[in-house]
Amino acid sequence: MANISIEAPEVVRGQPYPGAPDNWKRFFTFSTDHKVIGIQYIVTSFFFFLIGGLFAMIMRGELITPEADLVDRTVYNALFTMHGSVMLFFWTFPVLVGLGNYLVPLMIGARDMAFPRLNAVSFWMIPVAGILMMSSFLVPGGPSQSGWWAYPPVSLQNPTGNLINGQVLWILSVAISGVSSIMGAVNFVTTIFRMRAPGMTWFRTPAFVWAVLGAQLIQLYGLPALTGGAIMLLLDLTIGTSFFAPERGGNPVLYQHFFWFYSHPAVYVMVLPVFGIFSEVLPVHARKPLFGYRVIAASSLVITVISSAVWVHHMFASATPGWMRMFFMVTTMLVAIPSGIKVFGWVATVWGGKIRFTTPMLFALGGISNWLFAGITGIFLGSVPIDLHVHNTYFVVGHFHYVLYGAIVMGIYAGIYHWFPKMTGRMYYEGLGKLHFALTYIGTALIFLPMHPLGLMGMPRRVASYDPEFAYWNVVASIGGFLLGLSTLPFILNMVSAWIRGEKAGNNPWRAYGLEWLTSSPPSVENYEATPVVVSGPYGYGKNEPLVANTPNPGLTEFPESFTQKPTS
Amino acid sequence: MIKLRAILTMTIYAILVTFASIWMAKQSYSWFPPEASAESKLLDDLFSLFTGLGTFIYLGVIGPFLYSLIFHRAAKYDRSDAPPIEGNTWLEVTWTAVPLVLVLTLSFVSYRTYEKMSIRGPMELVHLHTPQMMESAYAEPFDSTPQREIQNAVETAPVEQIDVIARQWAWVFHYPEQDVTSTELHLPVDRRIRFTLRSQDVLHGFYIPAFRLSQYVVPHKDINIEMTPIKTGTFRLRDSMYSGTYFAANQTDVVVQSPGDYQQWLASAAAQTPSPAFNQAIYEYNQSSEPGAGSTKDKVAVRGWATIPPAAPPVVNYAPKHEPKSPPV
Repeated sequence: MANISIEAPEVVRGQPYPGAPDNWKRFFTFSTDHKVIGIQYIVTSFFFFLIGGLFAMIMRGELITPEADLVDRTVYNALFTMHGSVMLFFWTFPVLVGLGNYLVPLMIGARDMAFPRLNAVSFWMIPVAGILMMSSFLVPGGPSQSGWWAYPPVSLQNPTGNLINGQVLWILSVAISGVSSIMGAVNFVTTIFRMRAPGMTWFRTPAFVWAVLGAQLIQLYGLPALTGGAIMLLLDLTIGTSFFAPERGGNPVLYQHFFWFYSHPAVYVMVLPVFGIFSEVLPVHARKPLFGYRVIAASSLVITVISSAVWVHHMFASATPGWMRMFFMVTTMLVAIPSGIKVFGWVATVWGGKIRFTTPMLFALGGISNWLFAGITGIFLGSVPIDLHVHNTYFVVGHFHYVLYGAIVMGIYAGIYHWFPKMTGRMYYEGLGKLHFALTYIGTALIFLPMHPLGLMGMPRRVASYDPEFAYWNVVASIGGFLLGLSTLPFILNMVSAWIRGEKAGNNPWRAYGLEWLTSSPPSVENYEATPVVVSGPYGYGKNEPLVANTPNPGLTEFPESFTQKPTS
Repeated sequence: MIKLRAILTMTIYAILVTFASIWMAKQSYSWFPPEASAESKLLDDLFSLFTGLGTFIYLGVIGPFLYSLIFHRAAKYDRSDAPPIEGNTWLEVTWTAVPLVLVLTLSFVSYRTYEKMSIRGPMELVHLHTPQMMESAYAEPFDSTPQREIQNAVETAPVEQIDVIARQWAWVFHYPEQDVTSTELHLPVDRRIRFTLRSQDVLHGFYIPAFRLSQYVVPHKDINIEMTPIKTGTFRLRDSMYSGTYFAANQTDVVVQSPGDYQQWLASAAAQTPSPAFNQAIYEYNQSSEPGAGSTKDKVAVRGWATIPPAAPPVVNYAPKHEPKSPPV
């Protein structure tokens, strides 16, 4: 009954332009629909994820033996530079902007983002910047070889002497991606402040929206510092200014401040939306309200504030005075408090729930367990004496890959599987999803866990060759790396085949509580028939109260066909 | 009855977790290179404390997490919701306050270890042997005087000064008193050493894992750090800050010797006339098929891109002997 009344006007409206939800061509246009832009972001960034992953696998191939014998040292150095740059600027940032773009307006009951054209412009800058960065493989001298930090003076050494070189292209590409992110941040913050549906007070706003707000506020205060630093570096490199060049009186350590003032908070730009995904996925698949929702929501903003004053913990070894080391050690450790509150809240959410191990749930649970581990090693790194031993070793590499792959990428997968039926109207294949999870989880542990002992033994990061005493753990890590490469295959197969010919999912296959599940799958161009009026908080599982005043919540009053026919165990 | 069983289960689990944490804390010492400096003992103790507490937190959280994942699953056809528990103020206050106390404690303990290592930031002078009146006022837990071995080393002999020069891609060590240079770092055991770090080009990282300390070497800036070797033997010095093409090959050995052997080595090195030393980066660079290309044609499958040429080989009194045909890894 409810389905008919929702879909009937669809036929009448029938949009004749490429914006209609059933027209695939809309993904290749300058669309201003936040849902189209969201998927454009996700698919584009996944393409770069595969490229960045390929770089990583070549590096793991090199590191399977102690000698530098697979690729030349310059190639290895270019590969780790491009791996880091591509994975951060063209995968993790944009894919999360994509998920936010798709979900935030739907979750707050808005018809679109506040500035739809700006939104489209921000997206289209990503492929431009990405292609610019990839094109550096084609210029003489090859791509940047100075690491993704591009620390001067190494980044100012220009072996070819050409004006157009890999480092210049790298800086331009990063600057463009930075401008794109700043525009996106303006859009998100405005949308979340101004466009929440009537009745959606702050403490009726889903935790994901809070998390995206926290992340985008960081973009607003932090990114100008990085972009400014990048432009100064560009001027040093091209017209010979002396901001950072020591032989001309510049200060190379100053660049590190510009860089980390943004790039440490940037970790929270990436991890906060993933925290949001965990907070959305767990209640649905455990059938329980989010435990301590208000505290979890507010702790996102606490992280936003604290993370603005921790950046020097990346520079404990770079000629920083003692008082700075001590001050930033304490602030760094304090980040553990809001992060810990979230983890405890999630554990309490699943405790006593009615848990179903669906693929998104498995990825969320796996991501949380990895985050717990990464958070603990993060406290180790915050301690100055420990950091002075493991600084720039594989211990750090293991730690941040546990954050970025173990928690963030797993969280992204959780989000993609969870909202896949909403985005496409079809259900993914559960078996392939579980295979994907198993390969990812085992691969993550195999590749990133051995990096911790390697770092404690004293293996520096970014080395193309190493002493034979490190060989054993490196072989294990390489096997894990190839397994992770393999793990993307069932994912791609699942997504492509399910989108083309997967089972129809219905509007709310998870019987989830939330505005985005009240509309059709995929949602119509303007998202809702009528603007919903919110009358209660999110996560009302077990409470049997309506979420909105003007439409019934179809998922909670009746089970969609797909769900009753094929129960997920 | 059920409550009693729950309390009993939790108590037993807490005891098991405590034992596991203590075991891990003890294990952590075996994850490191040998303790070759006085500072390394302090670091390993601190790391062990972190490992113990970290294991306790990890198991304490992951245990209930896994328990609920195993035992709180929905039955196959159960479509009902779980009880709508939205929070618990006491629980939330506890898990905010306990970690807060914990991280502040860890910060404080780290600070104390840092003081005991007597690492001073660059530009800060060290006055270890001047007794500080303030310190006697503090009780034992607030004791931040330098570790006894460090104090002893300072009191028995003057601090040994060694200049460290880093460049792309070589380490040169200069012993100013005897005016001796070497590409291998020789140190006397049980003596406080002051290194003055200088870079001739880019950032480098002065890192001896067995000593547990690393410090960036910044161009146009002299940075002093002090260490106290307490174990004779050969250890490895690595460049820990990425410094360009041959960064990974920018390593050398550290030989810690008894004072007698050390003096003998200094005397014999001083007797030798300076000559160019073998350099791994230059060796590989000269393998290139054409000038400016970085590929070592006999070993590498993929040709490389242009690189900054390595600096001229260091001219030193002492360099370890290497067969040019089979360079060290």
